[in-house]
Amino acid sequence: MDQLFNRKYIIQGLFVLIALILLGRLFYIQVASDKYFLDANNNALRKKFIYPARGVISDRNGKILAQNQPTYDLMVTPNEVKPFDTLSLCNIIGITMEDFRKKFHKAVVQSRYQASIFQKLLSVQTYATLQERMANFKGFEVQKRTIRYYPDSIGGQLLGYIREANQREIEKHQGYYKPGDYIGKSGIEKQYEVELRGTKGVRNMLYNAHNVAQGSYADGKFDSLAIAGEQLTTTIDVEIQKLGEQLLTSKVGSIVAIEPATGEILAFVSSPGYDPNMMVGRETGNNYMKIFSNPYRPFFIRPLKGRYSPGSAFKPLDALIALQDGVVDEFSTFNCPGYYWAGNRKFKCEHVDGNIALRRGIARSCNTYFYNIFAKMMLKKGGKNQHKAYDEWQEKVRKFGIGDTLGVDFPGESSYKLFRAEDYTKRYSKYWGYTTILSVAIGQGEISTTPLQMANIMAIIANRGYYVKPHLVKGIGDTKYIDPKYKEKHTVGIDARHFESVIDGMQDAVNSSIGTATESRIPNILMCGKTGTVQNVHGKNHSVFIGFAPRDNPKIAIAVIVENGGYGGAYAAPIASFITEKYLTDSLKGRRINGATIDQYKAANLLPVLKDKLPKQKLKTDTSKVDTAKKIIPTKATVARNQFNKVAIAPKNNATTEQ
Amino acid sequence: MQQQNSRFFFNVDWVTILIYMALCTVGFVNIFSVQYDPDKSEAFSFAAEYGKQLIFIISALILGLSILLLDSKFFSVFAPIVYGITIILLMVVLVVGRNVGGNQAWIPIGSFRLQPSEFAKFGTALLLARYISSFNIKLNTFKPILICAAIITLPMALIMLQPDAGSMLVFLSFMFPLYREGLPGNLLIIFWGAVVLFILNLFLSPTLLIISILIIGGLFAYNSRKRLQKVINVGIITLIAICYLFVAKYLFENVLKPHQRTRIELILGLTSDNRGAGYNVIQSKIAIGAGQLTGRGYLEGTQTKFGYVPAQSTDFIFSTIGEEWGFAGCFVVIGLYIFLLLRIVNMAERQRSVFSRVYGYSIACILFFHVFINIGMTIGIMPVIGIPLPFISYGGSSLWSFTILLFIFLKLDSNRMGFI
Repeated sequence: MDQLFNRKYIIQGLFVLIALILLGRLFYIQVASDKYFLDANNNALRKKFIYPARGVISDRNGKILAQNQPTYDLMVTPNEVKPFDTLSLCNIIGITMEDFRKKFHKAVVQSRYQASIFQKLLSVQTYATLQERMANFKGFEVQKRTIRYYPDSIGGQLLGYIREANQREIEKHQGYYKPGDYIGKSGIEKQYEVELRGTKGVRNMLYNAHNVAQGSYADGKFDSLAIAGEQLTTTIDVEIQKLGEQLLTSKVGSIVAIEPATGEILAFVSSPGYDPNMMVGRETGNNYMKIFSNPYRPFFIRPLKGRYSPGSAFKPLDALIALQDGVVDEFSTFNCPGYYWAGNRKFKCEHVDGNIALRRGIARSCNTYFYNIFAKMMLKKGGKNQHKAYDEWQEKVRKFGIGDTLGVDFPGESSYKLFRAEDYTKRYSKYWGYTTILSVAIGQGEISTTPLQMANIMAIIANRGYYVKPHLVKGIGDTKYIDPKYKEKHTVGIDARHFESVIDGMQDAVNSSIGTATESRIPNILMCGKTGTVQNVHGKNHSVFIGFAPRDNPKIAIAVIVENGGYGGAYAAPIASFITEKYLTDSLKGRRINGATIDQYKAANLLPVLKDKLPKQKLKTDTSKVDTAKKIIPTKATVARNQFNKVAIAPKNNATTEQ
Repeated sequence: MQQQNSRFFFNVDWVTILIYMALCTVGFVNIFSVQYDPDKSEAFSFAAEYGKQLIFIISALILGLSILLLDSKFFSVFAPIVYGITIILLMVVLVVGRNVGGNQAWIPIGSFRLQPSEFAKFGTALLLARYISSFNIKLNTFKPILICAAIITLPMALIMLQPDAGSMLVFLSFMFPLYREGLPGNLLIIFWGAVVLFILNLFLSPTLLIISILIIGGLFAYNSRKRLQKVINVGIITLIAICYLFVAKYLFENVLKPHQRTRIELILGLTSDNRGAGYNVIQSKIAIGAGQLTGRGYLEGTQTKFGYVPAQSTDFIFSTIGEEWGFAGCFVVIGLYIFLLLRIVNMAERQRSVFSRVYGYSIACILFFHVFINIGMTIGIMPVIGIPLPFISYGGSSLWSFTILLFIFLKLDSNRMGFI
């Protein structure tokens, strides 16, 4: 033919070229990229989660502290809604038309095709009414859920609460939680979240373009069942926990009781507290704000975060170290004329005791005695090696769990610094000696402890030289598993023989007429204890008592702090005795030596009057003021007082760990 | 005549018929998959789309075989009449047509609906072949080109009134048979150049385009600097190109319907819309992409089964093939088409008569246009203009019209040794 015949090849070439372009593109989206494959799964495959029941929390005797109760959420899928009698729905669930429009709009914004929560937490009655008419409300459905219920309304801070997980928690747990899922936010609920929540079940469902379920994916090969949360047996004894909360009503303070042999925490009271049931249900948000704005800060977990100088309660520990060091024995005596001269500084004692030995020194809480033994310990290597001696001493104190966290199974335990020699050198330059830091000898100055640490010191003494890390959970699930670290014994480096003489003194403090803690005497039970009085510049002194009972084979070690309660024997000692008596005999004999009944203690209101919120800055600058004051007028006893009073009020900024 | 009839079965190109049957089977199998519902495993139903498609295929085969029995002179002789009838039908549809999806393209006849624009394709092909094969036509002169353009643009204009842009654009494929018959290549280059400029105009800034046109024009002018006439021509073309930019912009913004604009913008990636017009393409791409190399297996595609792709048995049937048969399946289907197209072109070239050759090229290019645009739109490289995939898409009108197109050519080919 003609030259036009060649045009055949141009046209055929075009066909082939275009076919190659199509195939190239197909190769890219089908083989080279798996984006579309994943998109197809996102389209059709949806995971439907089945929520397991949350684990029940019980006390050490199996009594329920936290359980589940059913509640109902009304869900709506906007594009399935047909016109209906909105007013009747509003009336049933008790909202206004205005609310209805708002909520519906919110649901539409969230997703037209997926169900979202329309009204949370319907009561059983509302649910019953609604269920009868559900057929009239197309596009709405009711989803059952469980929420917490606390039969005894106790242990708010201890148990903690659960709320919807926030973005940070969702990210942290890498895919387990979805927005709207619940998570333990504080307390045991937070600490044992993984055990309590169980495992969500999942069903892989296939959905068509109209969002109607079309059956399960791959015949359920990848589905899983929900696994219920584990039951948690706590170490708490519900009876004394309840009694403790009652005794601290209208007071600021805390109670920690430990079973010495096992380290199990029997009572964990932080006052003021709140009813855990307040953090459940529809009013949660409002209640949360109410509790949060309470000036006495009920969310502040005092047993673990409260910062207190142990004061006189530190003295038994001091004596034990001195005995172990061999600088004194139980018969060494010192003369107490009512004061103690340290160089040119005069430290007062509460009373004049004359020649005094260990047993009486503890019973009478004689400051002079403890200044003397502290001086002996510091000077044992000679005057020039005091810093070294101090470092050795503070290492021994550390073994009692001071200056660090104890590792309790509870979120947010605080640790307060115990000074090392270098810290003092930083503060005073290198020219300091035992007289500079003498207040440490009586548990003041640079020593701060939490109530839990104080109770643990008592457990150590009760055990004659060892402790088990205090913990709140006795067993997880049916097998009652606990972390082996809560079974390990930690010895504190004091020989058992040294304890008896110190315990003698503590026994006398409670049971002899000369003692400082006679208000804690319990009929027929040999209680050993020690009071402390923490001076407080902002108001009345804080009342402190630590002790254990009975003397032989002790069953309970306890620390009680009542802020603004006056001297140790006024509130802390009797409150400790009531709890001990209740725990050991399961009954209460009523009166104490001073004639006050238990009801009087319960009724006493010791809440400090708050003129305004404590100025933060003042608290911070306090330290430096005190320090400079100390250097300029060292003989003023009030200086020392100032110094520890500042720490007796827990710093405000500690509370920020709670949200 | 006697001789011809006895050799009838040897002269018909059975390979082409086999490919035709294979493509019809692919269509039926995949339409069945779109409709298949494992929960309702009822008996075969003729009321369902796959059932109807089977009827369409059988009737199309009967139709095709009866075409083979006609005298081959028939088509050449009756070409103007067939063209006239299709033009009348295109006018009728504007009056009595039923509006489906915004296009008034269907004439209801009993329970079936007739789509005249499908039949206009072979009407036009016949008349065009007839005109070009008439004595002493040279396609490099002005008048024949004008007449050819008129034959093509008349049905285009009528279809545009429906309006059905997709079917209308198919008529552009007649450009290639004309090219084969001697239409100057420059005209084609200018036309497609205009199309490319139109598209570039949408997403490049006018200044940039004008500057680049000037530079290219300048280079050409420099190249031919020794001949003044050429330089002047280049200058004029450059000027026209620049004016064209503004006209095109105006046409795009004021003449095209908003949904057509959206589709063009979507395809160029100027806008994205996951729920509206872009939804089809996204879901179709997901379906095809999900097929991966070997596909999800027949009746296993979730996109297909759960109705994520709209118009799946008609315009987007290729997405089902892509999802359930994977790249391998796509390769086979495109291979079948290319084999068919190349074979038709080769067959066209072996014709003695110009009529048969022009007609052969016409149907090859019509099929090519459909395949390219349809598959292109399912994978997002062509705008969604709603034209069926030949022999595979569900629908009687399109299957019949493609069958008629193809079998007329087969008849002409079987008679290639005779005279028309």
